[in-house]
Amino acid sequence: MSLSGAWYLGLAAVVFSIGTLGLLVRRNVLVMFMCVELMLNAVNLTFVTFSRMLDDIGGQALVFFTLVVAAAEVVVGLGIVVAIFRRRRSATADDFHIMRG
Amino acid sequence: MMVTPLFAATTVDALTFAVAAAIVLAGAIGVVVARNPVHAALMLVMTLFGVAVLFVEQQANFLAAVQVIVYAGAIVVLFLFVIMFLGVDREENVAEEPLRGQRPLAVVLVVLGLAGLLLMGFGAHWSVGARSVAGASRNASGGDVAALGRSVFTTYLFAFEVTSALLVIAVVGAVVLARRPGGVRPGPDSDTDADAIPDPITGSDTTGAQDEVPPPDGDAEDDADVGAVARSGAEPRSEEVSP
Repeated sequence: MSLSGAWYLGLAAVVFSIGTLGLLVRRNVLVMFMCVELMLNAVNLTFVTFSRMLDDIGGQALVFFTLVVAAAEVVVGLGIVVAIFRRRRSATADDFHIMRG
Repeated sequence: MMVTPLFAATTVDALTFAVAAAIVLAGAIGVVVARNPVHAALMLVMTLFGVAVLFVEQQANFLAAVQVIVYAGAIVVLFLFVIMFLGVDREENVAEEPLRGQRPLAVVLVVLGLAGLLLMGFGAHWSVGARSVAGASRNASGGDVAALGRSVFTTYLFAFEVTSALLVIAVVGAVVLARRPGGVRPGPDSDTDADAIPDPITGSDTTGAQDEVPPPDGDAEDDADVGAVARSGAEPRSEEVSP
């Protein structure tokens, strides 16, 4: 019915790596958040693939919770970006050094 | 190979996977290389749709719908809203590199990590256990939606309730973070500029500062300076937003 799970896992690994690369090389905080979303999606794809391979609904339930956590993370992260932007008038990662303790 | 020989991949499945994988990869690369954050967000939508197609391909129909509704419908719209709200949709200066050698090092590390991931994943023999020993079967009666609902509301009920608390905390945190610094402080002249629109960027009341008549005993130059600063702070943003 479906392709072998190895294809999906390989694709997820590649997408995760692309997200990691974007997180490391980009400096715009919003784009960095998008790269984090890419990584989360790659892991979600892995969960769904393992859920199919092992015939266990637990993987899909975990994806459900990952979606909620991702939504909460984006909301709080964008709130921080807006708060920083009010002070610094820019949204690159270098502006966040004011948060260092 | 994973399910049973009866469920061997057909040409249609292989074709669907190939097209969806191409969409996912193109979108992912687009997110990383797009100079304009708006383009990156649209590329992210493309990737999310591709992942939803892959979910459907693996009989995770509910998650595919949630993926489109929550991610493409809520999260990316939130991204676009913030991008346009802040007016940061100008292109990033790629040549500027505050950390010398960060980008080549990042590429090398990511390539090494991907190689390690793929080698470990396909070269090693993982013990993945027997099928469907820990949780409910995916092929219970009612399809994946019923199975997922039963699982979430029985096995993972506590996690589900904690999730609701997490969402409330996130909403409160976002409101606290995004409100104006110092809160709303009604001053003595609050009734004069009660209908003034606060500038969302600087948090200052630019219209109030412009329209305010200087007090007779105060020095008028300082007020004029404040108004000029507020205006100059507001002007570049209108340039960026308007195409």
